[in-house]
Amino acid sequence: MKKVISLVMVMAMVMCLMAGCGSTTETADPTEAPAETEAETDTTADTASEGGSFYIGGIGPITGDNAIYGMAVMNGAQIAVDEINAAGGINGYPIEYKFEDDVADGETAVNAYNNLMDWGMQVLVGPVTTGSAISVSAKVYEERVFALTPSASSPDVTAGKDNMFQLCFTDPNQGSGAAVYMGANMADSKVAVIYRNDDAYSQGIRDTFVAEAANQNLEVVYEGTFTEDTATDFSVQLTAAQAAGADVVFLPIYYQPASVILAQANAMGYTPTFFGVDGMDGILTLEGFDTSLAEGVMVLTPFSADAQDELTKTFVAEYNERFGETPNQFAADGYDCVYAIKQAMENAGCTPDMSAEEICNAMVEQFTSMSFSGLTGTDMTWSTAGEVSKMPVAVVIENGVYVSAQ
Amino acid sequence: MKLKSRKLKKTTVIDFATYIGVVLAFIIMNTLKNQGMLTRSLTGQLIPICCYIVMAVSLNLTVGILGELSLGHAGFMSVGAFSGVVAAMSLQTVIPSEPLRLAIALVVGAIFAAIAGTLVGIPVLRLRGDYLAIVTLAFGEIIKELINCLIIGVDETGLHIVFNATGTKSVNDLGLSEAGRVLIKGAQGATGTQTIASFTAGFILIMISLVVILNLVRSRSGRAIMALRDNRIAAESVGINVTKYKLMAFVTSAALAGAAGALYGLNFSNLVATKFDFNTSILVLVFVVLGGLGNIWGSIIAATVLTILPEALRGFDDYRMLIYAIVLILVMLATNNPQMKTLFAKLIPVRRGEKVNG
Amino acid sequence: MEFLSYLISGISLGSVYAIIALGYTMVYGIAKMLNFAHGDVIMVGGYISLLSMTSLGLPWWLAVILAMVVCTVLGVVIEGLAYKPLRAAPSLAVLITAIGVSYFLQNAALLLWGASPKAYTPIIAGSVKLFEGQLSISYVSMLTVFMCIVIMIALTLFTGKTRMGKAMRACSEDKSAAQLMGINVNRTISMTFAIGSALAAIAGVLLCSSYTSLMPTTGSMPGIKAFTAAVFGGIGSIPGALLGGVLLGIIESLAKAYISTQLANSIVFAVLIITLLVRPAGLLGKYVPEKV
Repeated sequence: MKKVISLVMVMAMVMCLMAGCGSTTETADPTEAPAETEAETDTTADTASEGGSFYIGGIGPITGDNAIYGMAVMNGAQIAVDEINAAGGINGYPIEYKFEDDVADGETAVNAYNNLMDWGMQVLVGPVTTGSAISVSAKVYEERVFALTPSASSPDVTAGKDNMFQLCFTDPNQGSGAAVYMGANMADSKVAVIYRNDDAYSQGIRDTFVAEAANQNLEVVYEGTFTEDTATDFSVQLTAAQAAGADVVFLPIYYQPASVILAQANAMGYTPTFFGVDGMDGILTLEGFDTSLAEGVMVLTPFSADAQDELTKTFVAEYNERFGETPNQFAADGYDCVYAIKQAMENAGCTPDMSAEEICNAMVEQFTSMSFSGLTGTDMTWSTAGEVSKMPVAVVIENGVYVSAQ
Repeated sequence: MKLKSRKLKKTTVIDFATYIGVVLAFIIMNTLKNQGMLTRSLTGQLIPICCYIVMAVSLNLTVGILGELSLGHAGFMSVGAFSGVVAAMSLQTVIPSEPLRLAIALVVGAIFAAIAGTLVGIPVLRLRGDYLAIVTLAFGEIIKELINCLIIGVDETGLHIVFNATGTKSVNDLGLSEAGRVLIKGAQGATGTQTIASFTAGFILIMISLVVILNLVRSRSGRAIMALRDNRIAAESVGINVTKYKLMAFVTSAALAGAAGALYGLNFSNLVATKFDFNTSILVLVFVVLGGLGNIWGSIIAATVLTILPEALRGFDDYRMLIYAIVLILVMLATNNPQMKTLFAKLIPVRRGEKVNG
Repeated sequence: MEFLSYLISGISLGSVYAIIALGYTMVYGIAKMLNFAHGDVIMVGGYISLLSMTSLGLPWWLAVILAMVVCTVLGVVIEGLAYKPLRAAPSLAVLITAIGVSYFLQNAALLLWGASPKAYTPIIAGSVKLFEGQLSISYVSMLTVFMCIVIMIALTLFTGKTRMGKAMRACSEDKSAAQLMGINVNRTISMTFAIGSALAAIAGVLLCSSYTSLMPTTGSMPGIKAFTAAVFGGIGSIPGALLGGVLLGIIESLAKAYISTQLANSIVFAVLIITLLVRPAGLLGKYVPEKV
């Protein structure tokens, strides 16, 4: 009896909800001007009247543990889309942009992708996290949709798929880059590595770093790991690193646990040189973080919110005004993705009436031949494998700002 | 005796209605899919839904029929998923037929999960109530961490397995030959899996689980299991072997979860161990409780609806999961609070006397 | 020397688990429900204290009191809206509702305070150096251990000596008998939630002070760990929660240091399983044989 009621209840609720959101999600026909998508894109509705618009989708976590990365990409790309639309769009056609949540989970990412395909997506910016990106990359490859991920850095993301491209450094690139840099500038130092072993990004960089360190006369004296579940306390790893006599601690991890490591190391009076990779970017803008703790930390990063060039300054100011915070590297990656796609589409002369597959083929051709300059690097080029080539820049934190390391 | 054969038992009627319902649902969905009348979003969810249905139905055996709260069901799914993926991928060259490979993967997944179920079940089932719940939770977490340390590759000499307990080993320690492929890379999980899962296989798996569970429940063993749930001491006093029947239910449940895991694993090109954490176990438990303890078709419907729900809520953007939480709380209140129940009973007239089992 | 330092970090971590576990154990003992939303109340406590220190500029003690007040109110509201209507329902239904509340709090926090982690300024900074600087103990660790002991003593006295405390014990023994004796069971349970949530606020402040980062999902893992600690020590028992929490912290810390950082959690859980097999009701729990 009560089961019957419960089931009827659930069904009724779902029906209501489906009916409720049906109007927003089922604007599948790209030739219609969807009136009810993102509020921010409403400005584009006026210009969309003649000949339709490009449908660009995004996938990333905007809820759950990794929400910060997805949010940053979503917002960064949104700024780029609005700028492009205000300036007359791509080849005269505006962009329709829609971002879907994947909670950094492969299954949900595929659902989000299918949802975007129902919407009429032609080009994908994303997915943001590595695991999701690998799951979705198999789908985009099968269905010939061009995808450019802003931040999924594992080589597995692009391996064997000609139409999946990366805008960020790959993990091996960063790991060996960091080892080469250390070998050249801090030769013979004893290195401790603390990484998160249930995270593909962190483990990927660690593997290549350790492999390359052997060639660079670096001695890895200690390796400590943590998992999502034990990320609350690093005193054990830090004590062991100190006891092993490490004078450089390599942290191929995101900035949130890194901030805890810096604070705990400071509390125990351990002062090695900390060396981070692009995930470390954002530590200076972490709300409430005492930047003096990060003094002397070295970071390999493609983007710095403090850079003085015009492009970065405008972007940072715009982001600050709209979202109330300083953009991190992910936001910059999202922004660059949209502009890279714009450049490729303009070079290829794409029009909105082309199918996703036609656009895909044109884009693959462009991406492997063009060179792009944006917030996160100048003269980036892409290999046919989909990997970007840009050099990581080492910066050191002095007085709370990035300073070039050399 | 003659009377019985003429008038079918009520439970038999419900069982057959469940089978027929599932078959009809499959036929309808498959036709719609082939006609291209389903949205892609729904088509993409068909196989995960099948997996979650099998998960819910199998957990219902432990929680609803055996009456023991398990918070680590996702652990068995994980064991099944990874062993299934390894089996399917390593047999890629030997067995070209995809359906056959998928079937083998499901069986391998079920066997490994059953072994894990036995290992977990023997110590665990001695405990009771919330203590048993916490130990199943603990086993789920342990399985997750162990799989996180596994690095497995395959080449012409066979499988290579490295257990990376200290965090210093990597793919290079496998010693693979040139032709070798890495199947599971520790935290990066199984990447580059060939996605051979199909909706038909999902449907067959659901049917098999239904046959297994419904026959078990209606058999002598099933009655013994339910007797243990209702009154353990009384059941023991009439000579029912507690450990045997508890283990029987627990291991069956684990094996089905393993098969569901293998199907799930072969539906996505990437699979990480952290996917099968405590939250996934809880998710499946929610299906079971919402569908009704011991109520098999309730589990099926709850699993379907609650898998679609977060997707259906996409229109709400940021508020999606908040609304999901509110719906969950409201449904639990509506179905379990006496005042609200009478209120809804008045609003929705349901035929009396149609009381279902459980 | 390193061993001592590992031990101290274990005790400090364990004390945080213990304070959370005390809240769990109180609620379990009386309401017989696993309150999975407890970890998220801790997160709310962390946010409230942080915001009142940074945005309102309050001194830390006032921030802690404010966090306690807000969490207490939150705890009572959650209990009244979500758990009270289910008093007669099966325990699984309440468990699922608690999980729903947990999702709700996490996502509400995500919308209110954003996804980006916030750095938490410890309420006390600095550390004592011993043995010529080879061993350092932070003031936060000392405060955590101290608070943990104070809270345990206070709770033991409260449940042992006061009228309300006795009513709570009566309810946990037998609800209907307690009701017959004129105890307002509903009010007693609400009171338990109020105390448990106030403890959660303190735990939130201490947790965030030693783990200087705060985000909407901060509470969930410590919540599960504390639940494990409570079961380890014998759920329902106040000294058991303390013992369970501290032991769990020490095992985790030593396992990380000497066995494997990868498998630290697994080792903790394995110890739990073995303990429960030997003592099915936890270290200090009372084993009640079933009667026919």
